[in-house]
Amino acid sequence: MLSYAVRRIAMACLLTLFVSFIAYSLIFAAGDPAAALAGNASTAADADRLRQLYGFDRPIIVQYLHWLSGVLRGDLGTSLYFDQPVATLLLERFTTTARLGFFGLVLALVIAVPLGVVAGRWPNSMVDRLALLLAVVGQAMPSFWFALLLMILFSVKLSILPASGTASWQSFVMPTIVLGYFSMPAIMRLTRSGMISALESDYIRTARAMGLSEARVLFDYALRNAALPIISLSSAQFGFMLAGSVVVESVFAIHGAGSLAWESISRADLPTVQALVLCFSLFYVFFTMVADMLNAMLDPRMRSK
Amino acid sequence: MTEVVATSVGSSQVTANRSSLLRWLSHGGLMLGLLILFIVVTMAIFASLLAPYDPYLQSLPTRFTPPVWFPGGGWEHPLGTDHLGRDYLSRIMYGAQISLAIGIGTAVVSGIIGTAIGVCAGYFGGKVDSILMFIITARLAMPVVLVALAVVALVGSSLTVVMLTLGFLLWDRFALVIRATTIQLRSSEFVTAAELQGASVLQIIGHEILPNLLNNLVVVATLEMAQAMILEAALSFLGLGVPAPLPSWGLMISEGKDSILFEPWLITIPGVFLFALVLGTNLLGDGLRDVMSPNGRN
Repeated sequence: MLSYAVRRIAMACLLTLFVSFIAYSLIFAAGDPAAALAGNASTAADADRLRQLYGFDRPIIVQYLHWLSGVLRGDLGTSLYFDQPVATLLLERFTTTARLGFFGLVLALVIAVPLGVVAGRWPNSMVDRLALLLAVVGQAMPSFWFALLLMILFSVKLSILPASGTASWQSFVMPTIVLGYFSMPAIMRLTRSGMISALESDYIRTARAMGLSEARVLFDYALRNAALPIISLSSAQFGFMLAGSVVVESVFAIHGAGSLAWESISRADLPTVQALVLCFSLFYVFFTMVADMLNAMLDPRMRSK
Repeated sequence: MTEVVATSVGSSQVTANRSSLLRWLSHGGLMLGLLILFIVVTMAIFASLLAPYDPYLQSLPTRFTPPVWFPGGGWEHPLGTDHLGRDYLSRIMYGAQISLAIGIGTAVVSGIIGTAIGVCAGYFGGKVDSILMFIITARLAMPVVLVALAVVALVGSSLTVVMLTLGFLLWDRFALVIRATTIQLRSSEFVTAAELQGASVLQIIGHEILPNLLNNLVVVATLEMAQAMILEAALSFLGLGVPAPLPSWGLMISEGKDSILFEPWLITIPGVFLFALVLGTNLLGDGLRDVMSPNGRN
């Protein structure tokens, strides 16, 4: 287990290094970041001044190493728009986003897992068909549109939920539903197919032959074996959900990392954008690593991979 | 989201034509998907003939006309007009062109990248596979919406930029599925036979591997098309996708957002079309997977 953990952590570090380089070089997508920063109304002299100020005239690898050494010391640069350290800004905003993501994932799991278990136990039953319909609709539903539909229903027509902000717990209801429904279909489908293949196996027949109750067979035996891929998927979904908060937060005017991303992109606040891309990627790398470790702990066969 | 599609290799050739036609027709989801896509494609191709108005023609006196089923609506503007008095039905029809162009363009670009990576990783294995898997994992770690927004904002928004950006981001599923299938094919008898006959690597990939990947490619391409269309709408909704005044459905929803209190149909109508198109494309993809692989149903 220890050697697996070491290998997995080394892999995550390597991945982090690679992703950080991509996040950094993103600003060169435009070709000349100085010209992009200066805007359309600028002269060549303006761009030159910016180029020297931010050191864009140095080779990209030198700039990257300079940035990286800052990042390792916890210095993510200074926001061009907010004029404060990016690290402080991120810490402030990520609490809200992480909370939202957590609620969303919990909601998705609470609905998807029981539904997937029942659908997998009784394929082609009414519940199975309903679950499939729910999943198919969820996968085709653009989250920003779903958010607006909820807003039309609950804020405009019924006026029982606030349309924006984070003032009270009610403000979190609609964003949680949107994020939860976003990751529900994949988890539900995986639970269902995992249950179907688990229920076909010999140990389930043995468990049944021993006279165990159906609930114990389903939840103690079959679900436990179907759970490993669900853990992996949920952690990946959590990463996707955080990254998808850009859309949801801008619809509901929530001051989280997602809306910060949108603001800093539209204001060409490059240091903040780079830091955000890095952080969102790190979350994904971290959560998938934790999931792999959990899997390896629960199932020794995974360690040899 | 990253559901792995694996259809069993070469099965469609074995199946008799007649029974496969029956299987196509009896698959409800597939037929519904085809029907929806047929309607949207027709709308897109014949937009200039079918649309009652110029989609860019503004008419302030008739702005915010409700659709025909609301009081105050009429048949001159069956789906009403927007905040500039532009005919909503005409904009919807031209908007179908944008969604389909993005969907197809992105699927082609990402399909080429993903297939190249997947075939190399699956065929050569070993170190090549490890390096390519590392790149795929790195790509999965990148936040797609954020990176796409940043690139479009820096490069400048246009239909082509959005298409290429999404194409360069969405190749992960292609790569994973094609890699898995190539590994399967690599150990099959006909590839071994070709190797023994002294065929070169390029010949084997071109003649033996690629033709057998076609089924999976079509399935992943449809699912990826749906993904790209949703993302384009989201980017345009955030104001950093297809630029105004193009009638992108996502952009139309964004413009309708300010009228959420009194004209909610400006949000619901383009959303229904977007939802239906994505649903239809997904159903087609899922259906094709079922039909092409008799044993591939979950």
